[in-house]
Amino acid sequence: METISKYNNALQHYQQKISDAAVEDMVLNMGPQHPSTHGVLRLELITDGEIVKEVIPHIGYLHRCFEKHAESLTYQQTIPFTDRLDYLASMNNSHAWVMGVEKMLGIDKDIPKRIEYIRVLVCELNRIASHLIAIGTYGIDIGAFTPFLWCFRDREHIMGMLEWASGSRMLYNYIWVGGLFYDLPVGFEERCREFVDYFKPKMVELNQLLTDNQIFISRTANVGVLPMDVAINYGCSGPVLRGSGLKYDLRRIDNYSVYPELEFDIPVGKGEMGTKGDCWDRYKVRVDEIQQSLHIVEQCLNRLQKELKRTPDFDPRAKLPRKLTPKVQDYYARCEGAKGELGFYFVHNNERSEIPFRGKVRGPSFNNLSVLPELGKNVMIADLVAIIGSLDFVLGEVDR
Amino acid sequence: MSFDDIKLLLTQKFGDDVITGEERTGLQPALLINPDRIVEVCLELRNNPKTYFDFLSCLTGMDYGLEAGRFGVVYHLSSIPYHLQLTLKISRENDRSEDNLPSFPSVTSVYRTADWHEREAYDLLGIFFEGHPDLRRILLPDDWEGFPLRKDYVAAEYYKGIKVD
Repeated sequence: METISKYNNALQHYQQKISDAAVEDMVLNMGPQHPSTHGVLRLELITDGEIVKEVIPHIGYLHRCFEKHAESLTYQQTIPFTDRLDYLASMNNSHAWVMGVEKMLGIDKDIPKRIEYIRVLVCELNRIASHLIAIGTYGIDIGAFTPFLWCFRDREHIMGMLEWASGSRMLYNYIWVGGLFYDLPVGFEERCREFVDYFKPKMVELNQLLTDNQIFISRTANVGVLPMDVAINYGCSGPVLRGSGLKYDLRRIDNYSVYPELEFDIPVGKGEMGTKGDCWDRYKVRVDEIQQSLHIVEQCLNRLQKELKRTPDFDPRAKLPRKLTPKVQDYYARCEGAKGELGFYFVHNNERSEIPFRGKVRGPSFNNLSVLPELGKNVMIADLVAIIGSLDFVLGEVDR
Repeated sequence: MSFDDIKLLLTQKFGDDVITGEERTGLQPALLINPDRIVEVCLELRNNPKTYFDFLSCLTGMDYGLEAGRFGVVYHLSSIPYHLQLTLKISRENDRSEDNLPSFPSVTSVYRTADWHEREAYDLLGIFFEGHPDLRRILLPDDWEGFPLRKDYVAAEYYKGIKVD
């Protein structure tokens, strides 16, 4: 240990800081089993009474060695592991991984339109499900119990539909390199349309209950204000960055898959209830994104029921490449996951191998969470709960 | 701005020795940067009104394998106003001994998001970042031995006296 003291410096410094703080102030452990930390996140708070002076996040409780696994499994075998990164939006993860591999193989232009539309459809359904969890659990953090139950009730419809398509409720392994596991089951489009019609009035109800709720607004407006430049410098993306007022969505910037053919807006935070970039804005961006995702789902259904109709001889596995051996290269694939910019960095150095030399994940939650020490300075402990909820991270993706 | 324009901009500003090479084989070309000057390069790319690479998408620590004996860091920069992407690579030779970790300058002063990414690279690959404000392990426990993502890593048989199956 002593030989590498230069490398241990920071650890000793940190331990010294905690033991000093325990004399003057109070060191409070929030988590890893705290309900409002949304998983196994431990926050060490240095508090002065009710005021949080410093937040030190400790992550890694859910580390499952994704990158080590990716180095020993083939590209196809890793897809189930990507599902477990952001387990609330598994479809988006595998979509990003698969698009990256297809791009490296050079087959990204050969994917049939119907497959692309099905992919976007299930991704957007999954995005709605993920945002519903964010909204519902945010309500419960603040003290509103009913929205939580309502959101889970509606999310259950999406889970049921995706289970029908893929055979699994949360971890789908549905999107494959070059195609899909199966085509959509017969009657899926009709069921999905039924859901959209059912869900739209429910969103109005939810807005009346939570979004415009005066207690909720008092707890979230002007709390945890994240200015745009700070958000960019900390690498925040997705609803967290858009909540700070920047119109930045990779679905529009990169125009991947069939998103250029689809019509949707990018909601941004406007500071309606308080300051731009506060917790309420981040929350509102998610609510608006659900509306936009519903709009995308409807457009996908229109196409899938008309010109891209199911035919008896359509085989979603027809284009599966027999060997997944890309050329020697490295490639950074990014796409807009439910929480923000989800990136995969592939390094491939052997032309005959199906296994990447190195695979790195850039999890949006990881970066969104890293802004917490900045946001959590000099706030009340109760406000810290509101800030954590508004960042909407998933520990499966933070720890990987 | 194209890749060549960025390269020209950097050589004009810092001289020829700042760029040690380039890779154009894949879909995304990469610039190989002199490791000692990465902070200035990042700062210039971030602040120059022609590039504005204000968003560090990803920072990856790399172990290039036992034969190569090299360690490196790969930076994926992204420019929000201009919708550009750029890959920078730095690397150094290293003998893999425990008291001589490969060491690179930290870019936390330019991009705060590099803080946790560099801690992760230190944690999993044993890459030391000079000037990092708080370089502790992030995903693994503080008393973990070894760096698991290194190519020569062998999983320990015992963890705190408990046999690992």
